[in-house]
Amino acid sequence: MIALLLRDLRLSVRAGGGALIGVLFFVTVVAVIPFGVGPDLNLLSRIGPAIVWIGALLASLLGLDRMFQTDRDDGSLDLLLMQEHPLVLTVLVKCLAHWLGNGLPLVIASPLLGLFMNMDEVAIGATMLTLLVGTPALTFIGAVGAAVAVALPRGGLLVSILVLPLAIPVLIFGVSAAYAAVQDPAPFLPPFLILVAITMFFAVLGPLGAALALRNAGD
Amino acid sequence: MRLIAENLSARRGEDLLFREISFSLGSGESMILTGRNGSGKSTLLRVVAGFLRPDTGTMRWNAPRADGETIRPAEACHYLGHRNAMKAELSVFENLSFWKSFFGTFEGASPDIAAGMSVEDAADAVGLSGIAHLPFGYLSAGQQRRMAFAKLLVSWRPVWILDEPTAALDVSAEAVFTGLIKQHLSDGGILLAATHQPLGLENARELKMAGFSGIMESRW
Repeated sequence: MIALLLRDLRLSVRAGGGALIGVLFFVTVVAVIPFGVGPDLNLLSRIGPAIVWIGALLASLLGLDRMFQTDRDDGSLDLLLMQEHPLVLTVLVKCLAHWLGNGLPLVIASPLLGLFMNMDEVAIGATMLTLLVGTPALTFIGAVGAAVAVALPRGGLLVSILVLPLAIPVLIFGVSAAYAAVQDPAPFLPPFLILVAITMFFAVLGPLGAALALRNAGD
Repeated sequence: MRLIAENLSARRGEDLLFREISFSLGSGESMILTGRNGSGKSTLLRVVAGFLRPDTGTMRWNAPRADGETIRPAEACHYLGHRNAMKAELSVFENLSFWKSFFGTFEGASPDIAAGMSVEDAADAVGLSGIAHLPFGYLSAGQQRRMAFAKLLVSWRPVWILDEPTAALDVSAEAVFTGLIKQHLSDGGILLAATHQPLGLENARELKMAGFSGIMESRW
């Protein structure tokens, strides 16, 4: 299992891997917002956490379809399915590798983008923390979509559309926790803990659903 | 240990490709599937490997295990399909050592072969010892096929399911493969292969797939 984690991590940073593409997309999306909205610093800092979160959500949707597709294209997926490690565990490890390769770089890049949006240090810290907790949920939800669409030749957009409704709660609670850290009356902990709960819930349900979908995708 | 198929039928879309195929393969036995393109050879192999659900019938793996549990037949198998299941971005060594640790050791194998070969020995066995450091994508089609075959050697599984193993290979590679297959059979392995080229095995059973439900079984 460690071997699978290391292999997927290596693939995500080698040529053709998705790690850099996701970060570049994230940076592009957030960096153009100040140009579009205009140089109103107060407005930028007010919408900052939301924009960074939306950018991270879109960037993490971008690489999802490749989670199982590349393995299917070269036949590795067949061999992964043959072994009972069990399969749920295999999928969980692939999700973790995918998050480390695609999700974690977004979290690391987010402080820089917070500066673009004129956010203060508390807001940047809160956004980074909520992204750290929330993006694994996006990966776990996305694993189900990626597994369902694995047999489709151009499943990328379909995966995003399938996954987006389930990802909305993550966005809502992530953004509201990030705002709660800077705006005084709102408490930080309740939305943050709900975000943690969502992540843990999908950490169980996502791999289970994805394993079921992969089992039945046989062709 | 025996690999047993009972009354397998499968269809692709609406068409019944084959029906009521039964066979039972024991240690050291082999079966070759022949037949023209589209007659269902690959489909049968994918049913045996557990990727496709058969229309009717079951696959079973009969082998005594210490804890008395039975395992899915797919877990006793190595499958070499049309695609090589190797990553072009990773080096051959990384590919093979990944599969070696992912497959692990097979419970119930005799101890001297259970661990499988080391990656270097496996590359050597398919005649490509000097190039394991290269990315897999740099190799020629024939070299890639040889390295995909080396994947079967790095960890031991009793059943080898080979789908057109000798595609893209030269004559010397075919001879190497035949030698490795014979070695596997003499170690007590089981072979199930679909091929157009004769693999030169003695006592191999032949299953002629006629496609669309016409099936004949004969002996070489």
